[in-house]
Amino acid sequence: MRLALRPYFLIVPALLLTCGILYPFGLGLYYTLFDFSASKPQPDMVRFENYSTVFTQEAFWNSAWVTVLYAVGAAFVETVLGVAVALLLHRSTLLGRVLEKILILPLMIAPVIAAIIWKLMLQPSVGVVNYLLRPFGLGGVQWTDTPTGALLSSIAVDVWVYTPFVAILALAGLRSLPTSPFEAAAVDGAGWWYTFRRLTLPMLWPYVLVAVIFRFMDSLKVFDIIYALTEGGPGDSTVVLQIRAYLEAIRFQRYSFGISYTIVLWAVVYLAAMVLVKHLGKIQRKAAEVTS
Amino acid sequence: MDTHVHDRRRFLALAAGAAAAPLLTACGSGFGGNDSKSDGSAADDITGSFDWKREKGTTVKALLNKHPYTDALIADLKSFTEKTGIKVEYDVFPEDNYFDKLTVDLSSGRASYDVFMLGAYMVWQYGPPNWLEDLGPWMRNSAATGSEWDQGDFFPNLLQADQWSLKAGAPLGRGGQYALPWGWETNVVAYNTEVFTKLGVKPAESFDELTELAETIKRKAPGAGFDGMYGIAVRGSRSWATIHPGFMTMYARNGLKDFTVDGGKLTPAMNSPEAVAFTEDWARMVKRGGPPSWTSYTWYQCSSDLGAKKAGMLFDADTAAYFQAVKGASPASGKIAFHPGPKGPDGSLATNMWIWSLGMNAKSKKKSASWLFLQWATGKEHLRKSAITHNHIDPVRKSVADDAAYKDKMRHLPGFLETFETVVDQTKIQFTPQAQFFDATTSWAAALQEIYGGQGAKSVLDGLADDLADKVG
Repeated sequence: MRLALRPYFLIVPALLLTCGILYPFGLGLYYTLFDFSASKPQPDMVRFENYSTVFTQEAFWNSAWVTVLYAVGAAFVETVLGVAVALLLHRSTLLGRVLEKILILPLMIAPVIAAIIWKLMLQPSVGVVNYLLRPFGLGGVQWTDTPTGALLSSIAVDVWVYTPFVAILALAGLRSLPTSPFEAAAVDGAGWWYTFRRLTLPMLWPYVLVAVIFRFMDSLKVFDIIYALTEGGPGDSTVVLQIRAYLEAIRFQRYSFGISYTIVLWAVVYLAAMVLVKHLGKIQRKAAEVTS
Repeated sequence: MDTHVHDRRRFLALAAGAAAAPLLTACGSGFGGNDSKSDGSAADDITGSFDWKREKGTTVKALLNKHPYTDALIADLKSFTEKTGIKVEYDVFPEDNYFDKLTVDLSSGRASYDVFMLGAYMVWQYGPPNWLEDLGPWMRNSAATGSEWDQGDFFPNLLQADQWSLKAGAPLGRGGQYALPWGWETNVVAYNTEVFTKLGVKPAESFDELTELAETIKRKAPGAGFDGMYGIAVRGSRSWATIHPGFMTMYARNGLKDFTVDGGKLTPAMNSPEAVAFTEDWARMVKRGGPPSWTSYTWYQCSSDLGAKKAGMLFDADTAAYFQAVKGASPASGKIAFHPGPKGPDGSLATNMWIWSLGMNAKSKKKSASWLFLQWATGKEHLRKSAITHNHIDPVRKSVADDAAYKDKMRHLPGFLETFETVVDQTKIQFTPQAQFFDATTSWAAALQEIYGGQGAKSVLDGLADDLADKVG
């Protein structure tokens, strides 16, 4: 009897862990079926009305568009820069080791603090960025006062904080690559670009893609950087889905409606992650072929 | 084997059911604060003669916002404990996070804080879900309230600002007393006398003059030795706080309304032709004479720019200028003067106000001790001391405003007392009370930013009005 029960006892930790994750999630999902808000603490069931309202709101589509722009922009720039930095560090020696230590510094700063630092640096009249640009006749830029400027500034802060993360992952990948294919290419007289394109990049892709998956999903969920830098403004130009959810649920106290936004965002992130992870598998198999 | 599989499925199904049961149970009763409201007030339990020592040995927990008024309160807490035997524990949060903290705490339905600071606008948000104790019964009970508290000593418009019937659109001054005025701010123009003298200009008496003056300062001040100075500091961040000081004051002086109320139904009025024209003018003033990076401007930036001689004028709370004007506080201290600001077309000096109030958690388990604290904190003795020996200015009590020592203290600030006396009777909350206040004003600030960015005022404000009509109607 005891032996027969053992498998069930073994799954208890996993079950508890699963419940710990699923309980709040399920509760949140359940709340979205009601019109729960501060003005209606004992709400009626409205089924999927919150979702239909979300999807018919112009504000939602604006936020969704801004979120995608932000996530794609930040993940793309961080990947390109991160891989470039990793390649540079991989080639150098003493300087590379020193730079590696410095490179990690932005990752040690809380994103909200980084945004505040950048907010001060981008301040048009007293900020250091305009001060440095002044000799080039560009000292009067109002970085966060226009919709495009605010979005690009937010992406720039994200890039500043997280490029080192991509660089570190890519560097780890570069250092783990087998040396023999590169030695063979060198014997064959292959140039740097050819070797990079045909050997380094295909073998490095799995590592890069892991970084892309992390950064893309994180960027879809961004809140702190944008809120500290622009509060979602000017107008609604940087109100990403997380900020919209926060405003609805906390500031305006429409709890169910705010949670509906987060559930929609969760679905988007989940689908994006599924697609990217599926792609990662293919890339890993291709990389294995190149290595062999 | 099949049976075994079947058993395993049954086990998993049972386990899942067991996990789901508390979930569903919690869901059934999990909608935060219980809205059942008892008919009687805890104030009715207090009988006999008034006694400051009645709750001796109790500890009251307070949530406070980081503010000079708070500093004055904390500095005097010892005298409250000596008087009552009640200890006060407190947490202080900066304003950026303060209201989120308070909102989350109150909405949780717990009594982690017995008393807290709030603004009158928050009564509109916290009142309807019954998170705030109605202080009326406490004020009326002579066993709970000492005669020296003297309700009639408060400026009536301030006391009324915290009274509401909890019905959207209903005027203030009726219904429950959901908080007590403790310190307030009136919105006026403060200016740098040095730059005004150097440029040979005087304070504006109309809004057109103000726009022109702001532009003149921005153009001429840097050449007159005020490097980087611009004309006028006003708030611009994407927040409700952008709308209520200078903007709403000038809006009201132009006779404009945020909503019209007809039979209890609210209709947004910020897109009326007059409101559109005014909003365009305001955006133009900011563009021509306002700060760079205006869309990130909160009262902190506005106030510090006046103090740092970066702004020639400030149209905001008088306290925001006062804290820069006091001796040694900033490079501009001693050179800041006060003026009621531009009049409306019909000479109106209608002014919007902010009231730092003190409220009690309806879920508090220590209401009697909390009331003693509120009574003391809004009482004559503490407020007089705070106004005279600290920076708790803009008295909520007439006796403090008339006090010779207070007047002596404030007299060195050019125009402060005169401005205060000119606008005090015309200062009131110019917004229409309604629970969606924060959504409406945050969206209004976003609209203002879009207009400042070059979008057409009419279409932006029409969009805002359409959006708000569904929410507040």
